[in-house]
Amino acid sequence: MIFGVTRVVNFSHGSLYMIGAYVAWTVLGHLPRDPFGFAIGVAATALVLAVLGAALEIALLRRIYRAPELLQLLATFGVVLMVQDIAQAIWGADDLPLARPHWMRAFVMLGGERFPAYDLLLIAAGPLVLGVLWLLLHRTRWGTLVRAATSDREMVAALGVDQRILFTSVFALGAGLAGLGGALALPDGTANLQLDLSVITDAFVIVVVGGLGSLSGAYLASVLIGILQAFGVVVLPKATLIIVFAVMAATLVVRPYGLLGRPGAVSREAEVPPLVQPAPAALRWAAGLLLALLILAPLLVGPFALSVLTEAMIALLFAASLHFMMGPGGMPSFGHAAWFGLGAYGAALATTVLGAPFPVALLAAPAAAGAVAAAFGLFVVRLSGVYLAMLTLAFAQIVWAIAFQWSGITGGDNGILSVWPPEAFADPRTFYWLALALCMGGALLLRRALYAPFGYGLRASRDSALRAEAIGLATGRVRLAAFALAGAAAGLAGGLAAFSKGSVFPTYVSIGHSVDALLMVLLGGVQTISGPIVGALVYTGLYDTLLQATDWWRLVLGAAIVALVLAFPEGIAGAAQRAWRGRAA
Amino acid sequence: MTVLAADGLQKTFRGVPAVRGVSFAVAAGEMLALIGPNGAGKSTCFNMLNGQLRPDGGRVRLDGKNIAGLPPRQVCRLGIGRTFQITATFSSMTVRENVQTALLSHHREIFRFWRAARDQRVVEADALLHQVGMSTQAERAAGVLAYGDLKRLELAMALAGNPRLLLMDEPTAGMAPAERSALMALTRKLATERQLAVLFTEHDMDIVFGVADRILVLHHGELIAEGDASTVRADARVREVYLGSGATSGGH
Repeated sequence: MIFGVTRVVNFSHGSLYMIGAYVAWTVLGHLPRDPFGFAIGVAATALVLAVLGAALEIALLRRIYRAPELLQLLATFGVVLMVQDIAQAIWGADDLPLARPHWMRAFVMLGGERFPAYDLLLIAAGPLVLGVLWLLLHRTRWGTLVRAATSDREMVAALGVDQRILFTSVFALGAGLAGLGGALALPDGTANLQLDLSVITDAFVIVVVGGLGSLSGAYLASVLIGILQAFGVVVLPKATLIIVFAVMAATLVVRPYGLLGRPGAVSREAEVPPLVQPAPAALRWAAGLLLALLILAPLLVGPFALSVLTEAMIALLFAASLHFMMGPGGMPSFGHAAWFGLGAYGAALATTVLGAPFPVALLAAPAAAGAVAAAFGLFVVRLSGVYLAMLTLAFAQIVWAIAFQWSGITGGDNGILSVWPPEAFADPRTFYWLALALCMGGALLLRRALYAPFGYGLRASRDSALRAEAIGLATGRVRLAAFALAGAAAGLAGGLAAFSKGSVFPTYVSIGHSVDALLMVLLGGVQTISGPIVGALVYTGLYDTLLQATDWWRLVLGAAIVALVLAFPEGIAGAAQRAWRGRAA
Repeated sequence: MTVLAADGLQKTFRGVPAVRGVSFAVAAGEMLALIGPNGAGKSTCFNMLNGQLRPDGGRVRLDGKNIAGLPPRQVCRLGIGRTFQITATFSSMTVRENVQTALLSHHREIFRFWRAARDQRVVEADALLHQVGMSTQAERAAGVLAYGDLKRLELAMALAGNPRLLLMDEPTAGMAPAERSALMALTRKLATERQLAVLFTEHDMDIVFGVADRILVLHHGELIAEGDASTVRADARVREVYLGSGATSGGH
């Protein structure tokens, strides 16, 4: 409902669910342990979350409705980080199980099997909520407005409907439902700090499979995926994580707008991408100075700062590769860590399993990632916007699941260890110089391609596919090439990361790592060519300093992200560019 | 010399016929106007010619070769340029870069990754901009141009492919009257100089009767009249369709 009406990709919805579980844990602890007390407690939780949701909407989301989708994502991810620290401060780091009262442990005999009565209640709760929502949407004036806003928000505004009240109420309802979900799920699990991200990925997948903005589609998809997961455990116990995302990938390939979704109303507020110009001379001088400093760095700084700098170089190429496809290419990815991870695992496996020499193993990283990206890209480049982002997320989760579950080859959670570079690069200083050369070189090559005819073809495909095709430009092929190049560059970054740390873990492919790349690009500014470089350096610096300085790094980082989005919606480099041009004009 | 010949074009949308057996030809250096009331099937005809729509029946021959059903990209490569009713340009580029991109695409030089595009095909791009009278605006961002200038930029981009036929969908819609006749005079000049065949749709009857060599009148998806200005003006069915509104009064 929230996405349908406000068009905000709300990452923090998982946090609302998590808070729902925690609030329910607290509230239910103070209520009588009978069914009536439970019902009161769950309803109270939903209400508390609705109020919190309304507050969140008024304080933050209202200010970013007109921002690009990915900035909204960034801001709401900042909320996710802050909520994690706040929840930990209030409820502690331990998992909190609900002491299940006697009535909840009752069983019903179904077809000769003992079936938990509470699970029956949960099965009934889904259709019940759907029914109530349906009545609300189809039998009330408020519902009519919500449905109208879902199909054409601007028209509803033009008809004089107060959007602020509509949006706040929709967000409150959505948040309340998230709280209800968290509370209802509590007896079968625990309230813990991992709930937010685990539930938000499932929710994104379900909403995308069902069709963005379609309530019945979401229900259909959740039942479908629930059943597939339940039976998948029996049939293919190792593939449970893969199944969900494979279903999503298959759905999007066949029905690009989800099961019951329709192509969205064309927004009349389409953003005009700003003009791209060559860097001014002053920026070139500054860049040259920075490069000189980076080359001399190993002689000037200590081992810790050097390891941070090595990490920054790897992050720089990772961010630049994402920016390449996302900014000029117009293909936002939520799963860029897939290519980083493929590169890292490619290099590690080439070293440990095949015994390949260092240069070959390092070359295997971009080759593996690039080749897989080229194949997967065939499906991706047909989509756009949120659907494209979701398909990339699905693919990254599949790669993650393979890394995590196929422990015979990948070592599972333990990862692959002892992936060390040869003697010549064993010294952190020489390895840093290698990383600097390859990463800065790679990023500058990508930058060069953006100013070359290929970059113009890429931007042309993004600015107006209609016109691009009418001047004979093969937009599909250009986008595919950009996708494969971005994958290969991220793969190289991954390969270097493997040798830098001497090990590879599934976290390289995690959602968190994909979000890191997004944050760096968006911090720097999507619409500037130098953005990813600035973003990667600032983000790595911020991250590593914060990590050292405070126990509350998530809270501080989250708040910093939210503040940056509100203050610099066009990113740091974008804001600097604006100031520079304003000064020149 | 015939550049493009349409033969029995047909298109049906969900059982509703939009274009029913339309045939015509356009010759090099000729300006052919396609007119008719709203919903007559003009845009559908257009979109079938440049490959945005696949015809249900009939053939489109460019220099004798059937191109019906080819995608827009290939149709462009075979020598058909087009401008759109709602202008489509690359707003993150300058005016000159828009034309450069069209030139680079035409010469199959897009898949190059090293030399800066800014320095490539500059002379040709400037020549095209000069032809459409946009030289002074070459450095401006396409995203901030006035509507009439966007139309002229589109024209330059269409010409970059060195087309044999130019399709112009409502070329003067949204422009001031003085600008309209200037753009059409420019088109006339280009058609004559380059021996370019031009097919255009237009609502402004002053423009149509003033500039077109021949006029096709479409009504309910069928061709009801064809000929020069005086023939079409005198045609009884055309008068009937336009409700005797006086064919030269502008509007439709």
